[in-house]
Amino acid sequence: MTAGIDLGHPQAQAIQSDQDVVRVRQLIRTVAVAARLSLVDQTKLVTAASELARNTLIYGGGGEAEVTTVDNGLRRGVRIVFADDGPGIVDLGLALTDGYTTGGGLGLGLSGARRLVDEFDIVTGAGQGTRITVTKWSR
Amino acid sequence: MERVPVLKIGDILLVSIQLDMSDQTAIQLQDDLAERIVATGCHGVIIDITALDIVDSFVGRMLSTIASISKVLDAETVVVGMRPAVAITLVELGLSLNGIRTALNVERGMELIAATRPDDQGYDVDDEADDETTATT
Repeated sequence: MTAGIDLGHPQAQAIQSDQDVVRVRQLIRTVAVAARLSLVDQTKLVTAASELARNTLIYGGGGEAEVTTVDNGLRRGVRIVFADDGPGIVDLGLALTDGYTTGGGLGLGLSGARRLVDEFDIVTGAGQGTRITVTKWSR
Repeated sequence: MERVPVLKIGDILLVSIQLDMSDQTAIQLQDDLAERIVATGCHGVIIDITALDIVDSFVGRMLSTIASISKVLDAETVVVGMRPAVAITLVELGLSLNGIRTALNVERGMELIAATRPDDQGYDVDDEADDETTATT
């Protein structure tokens, strides 16, 4: 028998390859189910995580995702931090614009992920890497 | 790398995605399908995504690209089996799935393709069409 998810203890997943992006999705799904997010909220969070993990890999040159179950007294939620030591984002406003991309994608990764979560925080700058924190709360 | 199987059933290629695809697997599927359309001369492609928990922008773009490629190769693509939560998320993500036809399940997808190509030989001969235009439901 496998042990249950230890709520409150962060779990980390390295993002160094395509397969790691798949692993991030699976980890987030497991934690979101354990945190009893609704099916739609699970789907939104896993989709956002997929976009952000891919960004960490492609633009950040790899990094890490760390997921924690959080509680604000009223609701339970899932918080994920995506961190990389890549080149960082110079023009954040532009990067958050729908359709803007430097990587040949659709330009929906960052802006779309932001719409899918309840809280979105980004710390970045030229040469400073990128650290994105997202939270989805149960309804 | 895992690979998504492509099945030929009559004039249709059926793809049922049963695994959480890596981006490489998705690109491979795109290439495989283009080759199979040409090799088989099939006029329809059905992509069943019933088993997919999520469709992110990468997979969404792959579906759009497959639809465009198949159109150029004289085949219709229909995406079937999208889960409600996936549909809700796609819209919020901002993905419009341009050019993609959808149906609720494989059976309806096959009907849609058959309706698109009523008669491959030429003109649509309509002499035995049943007269149901006045029927109400």
